[in-house]
Amino acid sequence: MLLSRRWLNEFVSVDANDHDFSEDMTLSGSKVEVTEVEGSDISNVVVGRVVEIVRHENSDHMWICQVDVGEAAPVQIVTGAQNVKQGDLVPVAKDGSTLPGGVEIKAGELRGVLSNGMLCSFKELGLENRDFPAAYEDGIWILSDDAELTGLEVGQDIREAVGLNDHVVEFEITPNRPDCLSVIGLAREAAVTYGKELKLHEPVVKGGGDGLFDLLDVETPATDLCPRYTARMVRNVKIGPSPKWMRERLRASGVRPINNIVDITNYVMLEYGQPMHAFDYRYVKGGKIIVRRAEDGETLTTLDGNVRNLNSSMLVIADETRAVGLAGIMGGENSEIVEDTVDVVFESANFNGTCIRRAALALGMRTEASAKFEKGLDILNTLPAVNRACELVEMLGAGEVLDGVIDILNYVPNPKTLKLRPEKINALLGTNLETAEMVRILTELGFTVEGDDVTVPSWRGDVEHYSDLAEEVARFFGYNNIPTTAMMGVTTQGGYSKEQLLERNLGTVCRSMGFDEIITYSFISPTYYDKIRMPEDSPLRKSMKIMNPLGEDTSIMRTTVLPSMLEILTRNYNFRNKSAYLYELGRTYFEREDGLADEPKVLSLGMYGPAESFFTLKGAVETILESIRAEKVTFVAETGNPSYHPGRCAKIYVNGAEIGVLGQIHPLVAGNYGVDTELYCAELSFDALFAARGADPEYQPLPKFPAVTRDIAVLVDTTVTVGALEGCILGAAKGLLKEVKLFDIYNGANLPEGKKSVAFNLVLRADDRSLTAQEADDEVKAVLEALETEFGAALR
Amino acid sequence: MKEQLEKIKQEALAALADTQDAAELDSLRVKYLGKKGELTAVLKQMGKLSAEERPVIGQMANDVRELITAELEARKAKIEEIMLEARLKEEALDVTIPGSEKKLGHQHPMYIALEEIKEIFVGMGFTILDGPEVELAYYNFDRLNAEEGHPSRDWSDTFYFDKDSRVMLRSQTSPMQVHAMETKPLPIRILAPGRVYRKDEVDATHSPMFHQVEGMVIDKNITMADLKGTLSAVMEQLYGEGTKTRFRPHHFPFTEPSCEMDVQCHKCGGVGCPTCKGEGWIEILGAGMIHPKVLEMSGIDSEEYSGWAFGMGLERMAMRRFKISDLRLIFENDVRFLEQF
Repeated sequence: MLLSRRWLNEFVSVDANDHDFSEDMTLSGSKVEVTEVEGSDISNVVVGRVVEIVRHENSDHMWICQVDVGEAAPVQIVTGAQNVKQGDLVPVAKDGSTLPGGVEIKAGELRGVLSNGMLCSFKELGLENRDFPAAYEDGIWILSDDAELTGLEVGQDIREAVGLNDHVVEFEITPNRPDCLSVIGLAREAAVTYGKELKLHEPVVKGGGDGLFDLLDVETPATDLCPRYTARMVRNVKIGPSPKWMRERLRASGVRPINNIVDITNYVMLEYGQPMHAFDYRYVKGGKIIVRRAEDGETLTTLDGNVRNLNSSMLVIADETRAVGLAGIMGGENSEIVEDTVDVVFESANFNGTCIRRAALALGMRTEASAKFEKGLDILNTLPAVNRACELVEMLGAGEVLDGVIDILNYVPNPKTLKLRPEKINALLGTNLETAEMVRILTELGFTVEGDDVTVPSWRGDVEHYSDLAEEVARFFGYNNIPTTAMMGVTTQGGYSKEQLLERNLGTVCRSMGFDEIITYSFISPTYYDKIRMPEDSPLRKSMKIMNPLGEDTSIMRTTVLPSMLEILTRNYNFRNKSAYLYELGRTYFEREDGLADEPKVLSLGMYGPAESFFTLKGAVETILESIRAEKVTFVAETGNPSYHPGRCAKIYVNGAEIGVLGQIHPLVAGNYGVDTELYCAELSFDALFAARGADPEYQPLPKFPAVTRDIAVLVDTTVTVGALEGCILGAAKGLLKEVKLFDIYNGANLPEGKKSVAFNLVLRADDRSLTAQEADDEVKAVLEALETEFGAALR
Repeated sequence: MKEQLEKIKQEALAALADTQDAAELDSLRVKYLGKKGELTAVLKQMGKLSAEERPVIGQMANDVRELITAELEARKAKIEEIMLEARLKEEALDVTIPGSEKKLGHQHPMYIALEEIKEIFVGMGFTILDGPEVELAYYNFDRLNAEEGHPSRDWSDTFYFDKDSRVMLRSQTSPMQVHAMETKPLPIRILAPGRVYRKDEVDATHSPMFHQVEGMVIDKNITMADLKGTLSAVMEQLYGEGTKTRFRPHHFPFTEPSCEMDVQCHKCGGVGCPTCKGEGWIEILGAGMIHPKVLEMSGIDSEEYSGWAFGMGLERMAMRRFKISDLRLIFENDVRFLEQF
């Protein structure tokens, strides 16, 4: 909402400067975005009188002017324009002046003749023809030719001379306050903010013409969508430009002047906050206005020239044969006010906000009018607004206003009354305000207070509870005058749940191993499932679908975090980052019976880099499991996960419960992402990790007796896994074996075909004595025998 | 013999003084003190001496042995010292060569900012609450006083999973207020951070998914003055002691009175600069007294209890905290970005 301070001052005289005004209004609840002074990009441009004009000797189209700019001597200016005469008053950009668009004017020579500045057109002053319709468009702006420019003085600042010096304040009005989308509404706020009188004006219409009710009939079959429809008529209008003062205010408010009738409707909308529309009566067939729902498939060409496809959820203004306007949004081209319009119907109506908002949204045409209607307007405002329009018609001599008003009221609002509860208001705010102070603020805002009954003014649809009254009181008492206190009452024990603590610890562990935390979108494209080679019949493909996604890429809720991780790995790879180590604790989403979702979290790890392998990632996973004190950790080769390399993938178990999967990403999947390096990922279920947490540690006495170590290397078939061998060794030991550690795997050419050598370091120890060599040898012997029996392993 | 002993002593001491390494030292030890050494050779002649001379010479020979032994030890220590010095010199490193890298991972800047906020509130007795992102419109809107027809319920603003607009991606963390009211005993102090979703195209300041932190207090006698006091104290902890706050009226359907809180621009101290867009203040969060209707809808007697709540955009906090200029960087996850924090 752009507010002209000149216009505002008509209703309340506020002399604060723009900065203070912004601050004061913001703190009382009308947030100011920005302020602007019109013409602030123009400097050193004045009114000048051409006292002499002669042809330039070296040019067939230039003129040399001597211009009186109110200084001791006239200044010489060369112009190429052909419309300047001696005696004309013109805008003169003097040497060292600035014009809109960052243009700087400096003295210089034009074909050998000194020019001390420039004579300006209105365009060069950033103005439009609509702002000054009398001005000549293709030459210098001859100010003295414009009857509307009065009191011009030589040497006068041009901004002042032409009225380009209003101060404009832009407000951000919250949706609960449509009443503030008007000059009067903001004037009311300003008046209470500054404790000044609000000077309201009751429109006075002389009228005089007869026959309104013979000429015009209004029906509102869609009563639910049109609570009120008010109309008046003006005959024999003289279409032309509106006066300068009106054009100035429209311009300052960001509205382009069109013609007097249209300008009046816009002027009233800005002043009263009530959108209005003017129809050319000629095109209202049958003299009948019908406010009805559009028919499905009905079309209307709106004022902007676009054909609109309508449906029955939308409200139109129609005559007997067709729609002539989209209610509350935009008029139809077929009933537009044009130069030869003779009779005009002014519409000032109240429409259902939600209906207008949805229609504007569906048609993609949010207008100034619809933006107001959608918030719900004051039903009592239609009549003063239409009267104000008629008053302006008479003031401008733009036509003959007919007596009478057509006013259909389908909904009679009862004034809302609330109880004033001063003690509750003080209790809510933490203040100790006098009731009289509360009453004063409310009264100035237009509330009527009798005893403890508060009647809410019609324009304040947002006020319906004592807490709303508390806000009104607080706004003008000043939020910053409310005390600042520490909370009393029962102290509560703050903290984190066990799950939250685990989340936090997992993050710390991941980072300690060099993994960086990432954040990825919860929604993905369904095509990502193909990219990770998810089988067509996988239950994971049963994702929750967003009905109205931004795009396909963000259209379903992920059931796996793998595509998200791969996307980020790929992005880093494409950025030519040499390596990446990433983790995220992200949610996945599975639809439940009730339509809501289970949202289990998954800890995903992803990496690539020159020194990385399956085992470096496995090491990281093992460290994570160690950090939660997981026991009985096993890794089982997984060949059936299509996203992973079939020979380099493992499922992870703790105590037999599946925790997740890790491995090298299948080269075909990497290829789908356009990555030709080895990618490694792990997906660990957070819930499974939580369940796999080991018991709290309990101190175990340190060994008192030394350990004996033995190294063994056995020859086995290449297909035998280290895990199987380890399992066998542990199973065969008789209590002295404390630790088995792989230290070598050898596949050298000197070994028999199909065999490999696997070497383990065994640590043997007894808790109650030093072992003898014989005891150790016996234990190792048992191990070797078992290995031989089970795998045919031969000691190397 | 006396002369012989004296000679051995002199020769041995001279030779020892010249020795440079352990091997030479050892051969000297053998030469003078060994079983076939010079001193032994002299002592073997002791039998020839008279009974009077024998103890004298014996004493003298012992003195010479002790002397040589002591000198040998001293020399040995000296040589070891020289050798150690030489070895250390040889082992000297170029300490400016970079160390072997122990890569440290980095927390995402947004979660760094979140951790700070959580810590502050936990210290004030708040419990951290986690909740569903797939939410009922009933909780996201109706129970928060945003009735049917409220613009934020439009399909142009909010993501829905069904034609009836029943199930949605929460557009704010505020439904956590209602969940807390339904599940927690009074009094309540909760902080609920999380992901929220709105139908905004991606640009430098928008993302269809972003994060909010919701906070709420419900107790007897809770006032707007408490809201101001608590949030101002939090800002002092976040931005440093003496940080000034101001409160402006605003509108949210589920709080009344509602406000927005600004902190005085840390860059310019309130004079106005590019950081605060010339305003001197930076908008931090929206807050307000919980609307009595919202309390009542959750079965809390608004005559007895009152409360306040706030919601804060986390991305903006993090961007301000770390001077990140473009929201897209947050979700791009370039390691060159992540490793700066």
